[in-house]
Amino acid sequence: MTTTQPILQLDHLGMTFPGHPVFNDLTLTVHQGDFWSIVGENGVGKTTLMRTILHQLRPTTGTVRYLPGVNAVKIGYVPQFRNIDPEYPLTIRDFIGLNLTGWKLPWLSRRERQRVTQILHETGLDRLATRPIGQASGGEKQKAYLAQALVEQPNLLILDESTASLDPVTKTELLDLVTTLNRDLQLTVLFVTHDIPLARKYSQHYLMLTPHGTEQGAIAELTDQKVWRGERV
Amino acid sequence: MFSYEFMRNAFAAGTIIAIICGIMGVFVIARNMSFLTHTLSEIGFSGAAFGIFAGWSPLSGMLLFTVVSSVIVGQLSVRAERREAATSAISALFIGLGILFLSLANKNASYATNILFGSVIGISTHDVYQMLVLSILVLLVVLVIYRFLKFDSFDHTGAQVKGLWTNALSVTFLVLLALSVSVAAQIVGSLLIFILLTLPAATAKYFAHSVGGMMGLAILLALAGVWSGLVLSYVTNYPVSFFIAAIEAVFYFLALGWQHFQTAAK
Ligand SMILES: Nc1ncnc2c1ncn2[C@@H]1O[C@H](COP(=O)(O)OP(=O)(O)OP(=O)(O)O)[C@@H](O)[C@H]1O
Ligand SMILES: [Mg+2]
Repeated sequence: MTTTQPILQLDHLGMTFPGHPVFNDLTLTVHQGDFWSIVGENGVGKTTLMRTILHQLRPTTGTVRYLPGVNAVKIGYVPQFRNIDPEYPLTIRDFIGLNLTGWKLPWLSRRERQRVTQILHETGLDRLATRPIGQASGGEKQKAYLAQALVEQPNLLILDESTASLDPVTKTELLDLVTTLNRDLQLTVLFVTHDIPLARKYSQHYLMLTPHGTEQGAIAELTDQKVWRGERV
Repeated sequence: MFSYEFMRNAFAAGTIIAIICGIMGVFVIARNMSFLTHTLSEIGFSGAAFGIFAGWSPLSGMLLFTVVSSVIVGQLSVRAERREAATSAISALFIGLGILFLSLANKNASYATNILFGSVIGISTHDVYQMLVLSILVLLVVLVIYRFLKFDSFDHTGAQVKGLWTNALSVTFLVLLALSVSVAAQIVGSLLIFILLTLPAATAKYFAHSVGGMMGLAILLALAGVWSGLVLSYVTNYPVSFFIAAIEAVFYFLALGWQHFQTAAK
């Protein structure tokens, strides 16, 4: 591991919903180019943690800090759930383009259109570009969400069980893409997953949430024993 | 028909209204705000009645009421989940107030009918210019915030993650909507404005799959309804809002049927 810059610092972070503590005293440093897997049983607070990191939820205690400054970190987030109903009209291409807010004219510039085409290609959506996203399959939607998150070249990517509805081949393809960006462009990744083998294959670090506390370390230290203890006690 | 000045004014006003409603309507539909639009139009009625009572123009009263209430409603919806019930209560209150103001103003029933159902005859050249200025203002603001508004309307989650000022956007949009409602009410009346602000865009959603495409189609559908409504009203002497409502509703149900047929065929 080279010494890269820290870009995200959680200090003694705690979150309590009324009468219901979720996690407590979580301190974590994420460096640029890190690939973290966040694991833990259903309802343990993984999504809540991600939303706290995104400033969508305010933590009860502690702080979330982006370094060197909030604005320097561009975040791509693929949420676990999104309400896209079957009648949702936009095509996959247009849905991805929504995230391009840099240029001020209503229509996309040529460079922006090329960028959308490129990401469509990278995520294997070329053939589906003109399909209304409301009519796309669950896995196709997931790919489109990932493409939207990536289109503006974020430096922090948060994936919340984004691979859960993908077939094994697609899963590997997309994570290979994420890994390429991780390696070549120092994209930092927080990957929430229940798929431990997948976490082992792709990430360097893990953060495990359990009802009794959190644990972190190098991915090699995430033994089966820990997984079972953490998830089944 | 066009030899009458009032008809020329009505067509000019109708064209402006159709364009503004087509564009704003796409956002209204994407943001699921049909209900709120309905309420704003009732508030508009109340405002117009107040304008008459206070000796201003109905449009000024409408602008005042809809803009102020849109900011208030915006605050409500930003916070509370009980938006529908709260909005219903507000609209009941405003309809009541509208009736009160009208009776205080001592105007006869035909005045109320004009405000509620709109009128073709009442539109002066001055009104047309006023509407034009307001519409251009709305369109300019939409143009400036277009990409953000589009993102937030069509993917609220994504826009939030991006750190867009979604609350500020939401309030800005409501104010723009209030202005559009006031403009549109001039012809179709406050009772039926929400038709032009919702149905053409809701119809367009079934055929167009980009935001620009939906806007274009919604404008065309609104124009078709307004223009033919005006002609039919001129020929038959029946109220223009009836024709507009009927035509837009027919478009919408045809689209629904077509959609149904499409899915059945798959
Ligand atoms: N807004 C909320 N108000 C109250 N409680 C909440 C809220 N959001 C989540 N919770 C609770 O917090 C706990 C953690 O939820 P969270 O969605 O973070 O779990 P998770 O680890 O992502 O689970 P999963 O693996 O099923 O996605 C759950 O018990 C949930 O019921
Ligand atoms: Mg979750």
